Amino acid sequence: MTDKFMLSRRDLLKTSAAGAALGLASAAFPIRAARAASATVGFIYVGPKDDYGYNQAHAEGAASLKGIEGISIVEEENVPETVDVQKTMESMINLDGASLIFPTSFGYFDPHMLAMCAKFPDVQFRHCGGLWNKDKHPMNAGSYFGYIGMGQYLNGIVAGHTTKSKKLGFVAAKPIPQVLLNINSFLLGARAVDPAITCQVIFTGEWSLAVKEAEATNALVDQGVDVVTCHVDSPKVVVETAAGRGAFVCGYHANQSPLAPEKYLTGAEWNWAKVYKMFVDDLVAGKPLPNFTRGGLADGFVKMSPLGPAVGEAARKQFDATLAEMMKGGFSVIKGPLKSNKGSVVATEGQAFAETAIELESMDYLVEGVVGSTA
Amino acid sequence: MDATGIGLWGVPLAILGGAIRVSTPFIFVSIGEAITERSGRINLGLEGTLVFGAMTAYAVAVKSGSPWLGLISAAFAGLCFGLFHGWICKFPKVNDIAIGIALMLFGSGLAFFFGKPFIQPSAPDLPAIPFGAWSDIPQVRAALDVNVLFLIGAALAVFLWWAFRNTRAGLIVRVVGDSSDAARAMGLNPNTVRLVTTGVGGALAGIGGAYLSLYYPGSWTERISSGQGLMAVALVIFARWNPLGCFAAALLFGGAGALGPALQSVGVTQGYYLFYAAPYILTLIIMIATSSPSRTLAGAPGELSIIK
Repeated sequence: MTDKFMLSRRDLLKTSAAGAALGLASAAFPIRAARAASATVGFIYVGPKDDYGYNQAHAEGAASLKGIEGISIVEEENVPETVDVQKTMESMINLDGASLIFPTSFGYFDPHMLAMCAKFPDVQFRHCGGLWNKDKHPMNAGSYFGYIGMGQYLNGIVAGHTTKSKKLGFVAAKPIPQVLLNINSFLLGARAVDPAITCQVIFTGEWSLAVKEAEATNALVDQGVDVVTCHVDSPKVVVETAAGRGAFVCGYHANQSPLAPEKYLTGAEWNWAKVYKMFVDDLVAGKPLPNFTRGGLADGFVKMSPLGPAVGEAARKQFDATLAEMMKGGFSVIKGPLKSNKGSVVATEGQAFAETAIELESMDYLVEGVVGSTA
Repeated sequence: MDATGIGLWGVPLAILGGAIRVSTPFIFVSIGEAITERSGRINLGLEGTLVFGAMTAYAVAVKSGSPWLGLISAAFAGLCFGLFHGWICKFPKVNDIAIGIALMLFGSGLAFFFGKPFIQPSAPDLPAIPFGAWSDIPQVRAALDVNVLFLIGAALAVFLWWAFRNTRAGLIVRVVGDSSDAARAMGLNPNTVRLVTTGVGGALAGIGGAYLSLYYPGSWTERISSGQGLMAVALVIFARWNPLGCFAAALLFGGAGALGPALQSVGVTQGYYLFYAAPYILTLIIMIATSSPSRTLAGAPGELSIIK
């Protein structure tokens, strides 16, 4: 335990500064001392927090905590998925006194957040999207995520009613399980309307590549696709480009309807405010935070954008009926008999994977009807 | 052919459309850099200028409602960045490459800082000329919607190619680029000439940025450029400092960049990472094929710090 006595320069500065400040300020600011139960919560974003997408959804969740008594928020945006995020976490802990940190990007989990978990055992870390495992990972770590594939299924239903060419388009970033589940759900939702519908997917290879996303959208529309959705960090470019070419769009991450009010059908949105409030309520109450948190539409983790003006009556009906079904919980998008687009059997007759099924979080296939490849 | 697909014809069409849509920022940045390098100086900071130009154009267009005012502001901002680079590099023992890298980071950082409030609002776009109006096929019409900046860029490339050979100003730039001593003997001040060429180069890069944010992809985000400014600087060497070559190289890059999405859209889905690398592989092949161990690069200005 020698390192307990070895202060880093930053710690020394902090301690002495705090000591000096305390001596000077305790008389002037008595309120500070009285608020002993206060806590600081840190949020780390991989991109700008107003990107009409992934990061904005998280930032809106963080902003919803600001009214809570005794809780203060620190945020940092544009933090790369490198050792930079470790430095950000350290400074949030050492300088801002954060006791709960939400690193929100996929690549922050391993090894960066896990390294910090080992270094600061008193601080709680909850990661978005990671697969926390009791046997492998420390107890001050954890992960949370939402079953947004359900939202893409609902997107698919509306898209299936709207499309005339029977071809849908999906601009995707990387073939990771969460993205594949969204693509598959989107197509299966559309096929619940008309089994002849196909979905063309284009992978751009990166979470945020504005020009390539625009090119991908143009290429899809050139091939007769008339409803487009996406899974990239910032859907702004895809939504604007598709609407500009006259195609309809289904949104993702956040509500993009202001970008294309006429062409926007609906969208699958995160509702992180609910999730973050849950964690912070536990923190304030002094209860242990859950390590593995998942939830869907029924739990309020995910919500749908209001239906746009182009959505027809039949689509609205099926959308509402399916949504009601999902709100009961346990809805299965992936159910047999179902084959992958390479012909292998994904689910046999009678087999169904509910939204909670852990197998879905390691998905590595595209279902029949999706034109595209995972590699 | 109404709403249906156009099948495999989509690939050449996408390459053509992509070449026109994607190439414009490459054209402006690489022509700007060609002017600067022809006078014997390298400005690696054009990536930062491009991003700052994109932000400025978008912000001004949002505030004023006029994309043209945005374009002019972006050119002016680029001019300032270029002049700043030219001014610092005038001092002895200043390394233009190091200054360029510093300005690249500075320009991006400044653009992120001032650009925050402009990520959400929508700006008016620069207009396009519908050259495809003769066609009944919507895909062809979309591919042939040509932005005026593309045409200006093309005209500029031809003009500069002619001007470098046939005008006094072109000669002055080339002399300063090839030999400072000869230029001084002619009574020219190399630093003044380089200040002007770096300023012009910066202004052109600013216009390239305006194209990114005001036309294609047509929105301001912090990742709008994804390294296009740097690629364009490299294109200048690839194009052997020839403005026409810059134009051709930019088209090649734009078209090759459209290849990956277009192939996926017609169902060629295997190995898309390889297709995305196509422009770079192409560059590598041409560089190897045209280089020679026995002589320096043809057309390289003699005063360039990377050649000397």
